[in-house]
Amino acid sequence: MRDPAVIRMLPDGRRVHMNDGPIDLIIDANGTAHAIRAAYEAAARRFVSILDELCADLPLLRRRSTPSSPEPSGSVARRMAAAVSPYCTEHFITPMAAVAGAVAEAILSEMTRVAELDRAYVNNGGDIALHLTQHEHYGLGMAERPDSPSLLGSVQISADNPVRGVATSGWRGRSFSLGIADAVTVLAGTAAAADAAATVIANAVNLPGHPAILRVPANEIAPDSDLGAIPVTRDVGSLSVHDVDLALRNGQQLAGELRDRNLIHSAALCLQGQVRLVASSQYAHEFDLSPKSLQHA
Amino acid sequence: MTEVFPPDTVRCDACPVLCYIKRGHAGACDRYANHEGQLVRVDPHILLDRAKSQGRPLVPFLERDSPWDGQLLAQRETFVTAIGAGTTYPDYKPAPFIVSSQVDGIDMVTVVTEGIFSYCGVKLKIDTDRNLGPERNLVRAQGEPVGHVTTAEYGSHMLSIGGVHHLTGGSKSEGRVTCETLMDLCNGKEVALTIDDGARITVAAGEPPVVNGQREQRMRVGCGSATIGMFAKQWFGRVDEVVVVDDHITGVLSEHQAGKMLGVRETGISIQGRRSTPGRYFQVALPGTGWGGTNISDPLTILKPFKPKFAWPGLRLFMVSTTGEQFAYYELDEALRPIEKDLPNVLQESVTRIRENCEPALTTVLFMAGAGGSLRAGVTENPVKLTDSVKQSLTRVTAGGAPAYIWPGGGITFMVDVSRIPDNAFGYVPTPAIVAPIEFTLKKSDYANLGGHMESVRPLEEVLSEKERRRQVASPRNPWPLKPRTPGSHE
Repeated sequence: MRDPAVIRMLPDGRRVHMNDGPIDLIIDANGTAHAIRAAYEAAARRFVSILDELCADLPLLRRRSTPSSPEPSGSVARRMAAAVSPYCTEHFITPMAAVAGAVAEAILSEMTRVAELDRAYVNNGGDIALHLTQHEHYGLGMAERPDSPSLLGSVQISADNPVRGVATSGWRGRSFSLGIADAVTVLAGTAAAADAAATVIANAVNLPGHPAILRVPANEIAPDSDLGAIPVTRDVGSLSVHDVDLALRNGQQLAGELRDRNLIHSAALCLQGQVRLVASSQYAHEFDLSPKSLQHA
Repeated sequence: MTEVFPPDTVRCDACPVLCYIKRGHAGACDRYANHEGQLVRVDPHILLDRAKSQGRPLVPFLERDSPWDGQLLAQRETFVTAIGAGTTYPDYKPAPFIVSSQVDGIDMVTVVTEGIFSYCGVKLKIDTDRNLGPERNLVRAQGEPVGHVTTAEYGSHMLSIGGVHHLTGGSKSEGRVTCETLMDLCNGKEVALTIDDGARITVAAGEPPVVNGQREQRMRVGCGSATIGMFAKQWFGRVDEVVVVDDHITGVLSEHQAGKMLGVRETGISIQGRRSTPGRYFQVALPGTGWGGTNISDPLTILKPFKPKFAWPGLRLFMVSTTGEQFAYYELDEALRPIEKDLPNVLQESVTRIRENCEPALTTVLFMAGAGGSLRAGVTENPVKLTDSVKQSLTRVTAGGAPAYIWPGGGITFMVDVSRIPDNAFGYVPTPAIVAPIEFTLKKSDYANLGGHMESVRPLEEVLSEKERRRQVASPRNPWPLKPRTPGSHE
């Protein structure tokens, strides 16, 4: 039995909640009342068909992305494929790595297409597409672990900053990870790009062969996983400070390369209380890591 | 797809992703799961709604009704429980949820966390007169020691199960079995226990205990002596002698103060056991699971021959247990021997009356635990201030929305009736230790004063907006946890 999509106002009377299958969005917009209403209605209209569209391309989206992969038919699926293509020669990646960011982006672009909004966001389970104009900015809380609301610090993103997408990946999150990062938060030009990059960086925060890490073939847990029999992280025991440092360095190195290739803007990598930032010096001030979170390091 | 998946894999059809879900796992949405081969919806975090009316046990948070009409949904009064909230232990971090809401115009804060308790256990009150076993003897589950017999209370026996020494002080399997036993008892499941040199019992919170295979029905109305006092008037004139058989105090009508007052004639009856005061006898038999919690099945075994000086042929003797479950009627023959006869109707009434006054026998389970320093640190940066605030009744402590009794003295040691907590609220960690919900509710201003994590306070609406919450109508048995309280009050 197909559950219908849920589209409802949250009790604050301001934000909208949309849910359909695994897609769960929180949307907020600022502007005139008229513009907000138009934007929400456009978002709702776009939302009701988005999951069916994606599912039509699902077999292709679950396959490894290669330079010769066929172009999917749906527009969201194409965003996904485009976001992962920069990684497809050096990494195992499927377009599914960018699904959350791509959906957020697609809904947001529909909202801004129909209405003049001062600022807006679409948050798809932690992967967020942002819209900012003029002097607007957003402050975002960063979680140390995707499964826990305790905040590691915050990020300030203003309109003059090119970041319009934020995504977080880690083995404790809803999607499988090949790595051991508790959370990798990436700021990038688009939500789909941030989503794909967070996935590959979180995969790179790793200690291959370490005995404290429990890995299980993905399809033993989810038979239809896009990762097939690739081992995914299910548990990470307590690691020595040295091992944590080593794993974070592995991720940091890749994040630095992605920043140099202009694929990402900046990233924060968290593992067992230690945090590493990768950011160009001109933007390092965006991250505010509260003293409380740093004392773990 | 033509792949072959293991048996017990279900295909979820709740959305077009059509996930294949293995037994024990959830689909891509984390909202549907395969529970023992069945597709079920799982919504782990429980919110309590103050019900305006009853009759809605469970309401899904994400109402699957008509599409959004652009109208603001009416806000219900909601209390965020700690059930499924998660925990920050052992990190000294703010609790997983610190929720602010307005109640009757007052800003309230509820700090919501799941505590991991290794210092915890349950106290079982088992309503039975049958002897369960000597005080201090071990109580076992699956052969492992998990607790001990404490005292007998009025109409009940008390067992202590769990505690840190069984959880972590014994063998690995002792700890594991203790943890499992506690969790099952707290979650209302049936648990089989044996008592060294005592009974085999099966108990579950809110259910009648089963002692040596026999399900208890009723609690006694009083001891044998008290029963004589209560019913003496109803027996007077209808029978010459009554013995109420009880493991504690067996009562004898003709000798009892109540009988004397009515002018009941001496009967020459003579009872085994130790006479306490007139008409009251201790130790008429050994403790057991027979009449009135003794080991006897034939009540005549507690009688010595009637004294010929007082007794007379045809004397009518009625013997009954404290719960009315056992009874017998005799008349003395020419040799003054009791001969069993059918119970006259007038006495049947008093048996019924005794039974009516015996309340249903239940097992009740109180969970008892101490909130440790790190749990309290999740509430405030200065844990002792939370203790003080609780002692001053500025902070209300609840477990899954159920009121907790706070033990006087240092620390926050609380007791809660598990039957007032929503189902399956208790979990465990392999330490082994029990995971139990605990919420601290206080005025926002008081929270700031005690050094609360104000930076982590989130409005209720924000918590409600997150996915994976389960709404449940609050139990009418519990006071509403968000009701602002006045200092010194203890409800």
